[in-house]
Amino acid sequence: MSTKSVERVDRVVIRFAGDSGDGMQLTGDRFTAETAALGNDLATLPNFPAEIRAPQGTLPGVSSFQLQFADHSVLTPGDAPDVLVVMNPAALRANLRDLPRGGTIIADADEFTRRNLAKVGYAASPLDDGSLDSYHLHALPLTSMTVKALADFDLSRKEAERAKNMFALGLLSWLYTRPTGGTERFLAAKFGKSPQVHQANLAAFRAGWAFGETTETFAVSYEVAPAPAPPGRYRNVTGNAALAYGLVAAAHRAGLPLVLGSYPITPASDILHTLSRLKRFDVTTIQAEDEIAGVGAALGAAYGGAIAVTTTSGPGLALKSETIGLAVSLELPLVIVDVQRGGPSTGLPTKTEQADLLQAMFGRNGESPVPVIAPRSPADCFDAALEAVRIATVYRTPVLLLSDGYLANGSEPWRIPDVATLPDLHVTFATGPDDGLTHGVDGAPDDGAAPDSAYRPFLPYARDPVTLARPWAVPGTPGLEHRIGGIEKADGTGEISYEPDNHDRMTRLRQAKVDGITVPDLVVDDPGLAAGGEAAEVLVLGWGSTYGPISAGARLARNTGTPVATAHLRHVNPLPANTGDVLRRYRRVLVPEMNLGQLTLLLRAKYLVDARGFNRVRGLPFTSVEIADAITALVKEDAL
Amino acid sequence: MTYTESTGLTTGLTTGVPLGLPAVRSGLEGVPALTEGAPKQTKKTFTSDAEVRWCPGCGDYAILSAVQGFLPELGLRRENIVCISGIGCSSRFPYYLDTYGLHSIHGRAPSIATGLATSRPDLNVWVVTGDGDALSIGGNHLIHALRRNVNLTILLFNNRIYGLTKGQYSPTSEPGKVTKSTPVGSVDEPFNPISLALGAEASFVARTTDSDRKHLTGVLRQAVEHRGAALVEIYQNCPIFNDGAFDVLKDRESAQGRLVPLEHGAPIRFGAPAADGLGSRGVARRADGLLEVVDVEAGGTDRVLVHDARTPDPSVQFALSRLDDPTMMHVPIGVFRAVSRPTYDDMVRAQVSSAVEGADGAASDEDLARLLAGPDNWTVA
Repeated sequence: MSTKSVERVDRVVIRFAGDSGDGMQLTGDRFTAETAALGNDLATLPNFPAEIRAPQGTLPGVSSFQLQFADHSVLTPGDAPDVLVVMNPAALRANLRDLPRGGTIIADADEFTRRNLAKVGYAASPLDDGSLDSYHLHALPLTSMTVKALADFDLSRKEAERAKNMFALGLLSWLYTRPTGGTERFLAAKFGKSPQVHQANLAAFRAGWAFGETTETFAVSYEVAPAPAPPGRYRNVTGNAALAYGLVAAAHRAGLPLVLGSYPITPASDILHTLSRLKRFDVTTIQAEDEIAGVGAALGAAYGGAIAVTTTSGPGLALKSETIGLAVSLELPLVIVDVQRGGPSTGLPTKTEQADLLQAMFGRNGESPVPVIAPRSPADCFDAALEAVRIATVYRTPVLLLSDGYLANGSEPWRIPDVATLPDLHVTFATGPDDGLTHGVDGAPDDGAAPDSAYRPFLPYARDPVTLARPWAVPGTPGLEHRIGGIEKADGTGEISYEPDNHDRMTRLRQAKVDGITVPDLVVDDPGLAAGGEAAEVLVLGWGSTYGPISAGARLARNTGTPVATAHLRHVNPLPANTGDVLRRYRRVLVPEMNLGQLTLLLRAKYLVDARGFNRVRGLPFTSVEIADAITALVKEDAL
Repeated sequence: MTYTESTGLTTGLTTGVPLGLPAVRSGLEGVPALTEGAPKQTKKTFTSDAEVRWCPGCGDYAILSAVQGFLPELGLRRENIVCISGIGCSSRFPYYLDTYGLHSIHGRAPSIATGLATSRPDLNVWVVTGDGDALSIGGNHLIHALRRNVNLTILLFNNRIYGLTKGQYSPTSEPGKVTKSTPVGSVDEPFNPISLALGAEASFVARTTDSDRKHLTGVLRQAVEHRGAALVEIYQNCPIFNDGAFDVLKDRESAQGRLVPLEHGAPIRFGAPAADGLGSRGVARRADGLLEVVDVEAGGTDRVLVHDARTPDPSVQFALSRLDDPTMMHVPIGVFRAVSRPTYDDMVRAQVSSAVEGADGAASDEDLARLLAGPDNWTVA
């Protein structure tokens, strides 16, 4: 056995690419878990087609998984891979343009058959024709080596070939000195019921590792040291998992059951899957007949006093609009999670986008204000879920939580919070007519009785003077029987009212309630100013999942001598109170969004500032270079 | 989890006062009853202060009055009754009942009621809907509530017209209906709500009319005691836009020859009394297996079917529903089907409670911490 040298690098971006059936997502997940366990910081970007199994070996069937890992803080899955692992010609063709010259390609040479090459329009094999000369190419017979390694197993060739992703994982694990215990435990758990398959996968994984160790192809292996991180316990988590855990934690801290009404939709379904396994935490999941029934069931549960949630993506949000409007009118707590994807219509089901912001803000009939909050990273989905439940329950309002496909499927290390430090979300249900609330607008019952008369009717639309929230009076509470509905209600009593001034007042009250939600101030990162120097000229303001690319882009710009300030919105409605001040402090405001300028529109309308959009809708997150270039271009434009 | 028809879910969550048939779980099991010595409930107990705003002569008044008069019979705490409606004239119903009430949006009441009933076993949940609300815009929710067998009592007011939007034809209007939106007649085939419900795997399906209070109340009693989704179609007259739609069933003389009362265990006989005191006409099976109406005295009583609402196979119940057509020559009324099968809400709650009990009770902070930590984690010192 050769003793090879180990080279230390500070960061690596690997992209695994193959056919949808090649198990690339699993391979990426496992490599990520090994990397997380080692203590690197990391970020991931799964990218797969909507078709479950597109025709084998074709471009539409290519599925990939990219991760960046480093010995320092990582903000994105990396702009471009350093290493591209391709399991067939289609994967090479689809991904090569993203690989910078000089990058490494590890290709399964067995799959570069004439037939597979022809499927994607290669006249000659790029592995042989010199077209990849400017890359470090490792053309390896991964499939046949896997089959050979499994010769002793009672498996058909086809079955044996299926383990080639584990061979590749073993090889890459050796190449980057990843710990293997986690994957070995994972295989035991996953295939525990069929020992033959378990042993075969394990053998393929170990054979891949051994191959790396012995082959002449790789002269060195690499090491990426753990990244410094605040002390604590960590795990790796995807956005959808973090969101589901956040909802469970919120219900736990509220001391109430969690009820999810949902209809399967990509890329939100994993939240439903995760919650359906957490019944032990008093979680009820209702897979409804459609999107409308999903939110309807949630609203019914909210009326009954549960922490109620519905989860969906853009097309589903469109269908839920009317029920969300009803929740606005009923003033009941409800969390609507929209894991955004490319639109319009069916759009790009498996790709990310931020184009539902205006739908979230305004996509209902009538004046129908709804608070909107957006997590900024996969792990942040946990905190965003708690915040959504806080706003919903304190203010008795539907809340829209805008995640997206990038956050949902991407993952990062997460410092596991101490349960005791999570916000206290206990709620108080109304128990009687006299619960300290204002009775009607003038403090008196609307029937003209004296305010101090013994009989005080229950006023379902009396409001808390601070939050403007109405009482949460759940069925089963004696003495509070009342009727509510989607027809305009008289202020205080909640009875049907078509009175002009009442409608005007109720419309303004609902708006004032949402406008009055307390949200933390916008925090600006302006290193020049913080160091006692001058403020930057340009502010980059983002919301949601662009946080990573914007921060990385700003880091790049600063490293090249361009001062820039950044700020990131978690609360898009209402906006933080200091937003206008922050915007006016900078000569230029750049707003990168994965849409055609939706937040830009809101900012310009609300604050009359010349915010500039930087917009891409490619179904992929921004790269840090794109952001840095946009910053530099804006700064240069000003210098002219 | 196992299920036995006689006892219901073995891991049932609810305890309560079963009404009616002791062998089968009541629809009201788990809903708190009035405490002993509580003031006696009357119709007034369930009459809200809201001014009733239906048109004079509307059949809804009779149904409201019947329900308000019937509710005291249940002996439930008023605060544990919830009435949820959609949109339409009938959907104003909750405002007039002094219980908890939710007037929701068009067609969606069954979905909201599903969420409420599933999360709150202590509530007696009613859905009030109409032919447009339940069968047109809300058709999907209705069939799925029935299929799931959520413990709900669904009152479907069928006046065969859109009233609140001022007189367009509905999915139960007879073909050729001339309305504001169909000036030369509607061309679509109507739904038969009973057939639809039976096809949707409903466990309880009944029909009654607004004008026969005794029959209406009798059907309601059975519907409420049924554990599961109970669909009650109520023929209801709209005096403004479809007046007299059911007159042939209300005129004593013509009704006798048309209304076919269904009673479980009784021969299906109707019409003027025969020598034995029962109706002179009966429903019998033809040689080809289909149903026909026969003259009992001519054809003998042996051929007349005995109604079986409790047989799990809905074929004959469905065939009975097909006796009715827009001409209303033969209109079966009463309970077509009342079978016991597990309810969605009971089973969902059983899964949750068994998970909670299996893990030694409500989740603690430590349990949550373990969930958050997951199996793969590491410590940074």
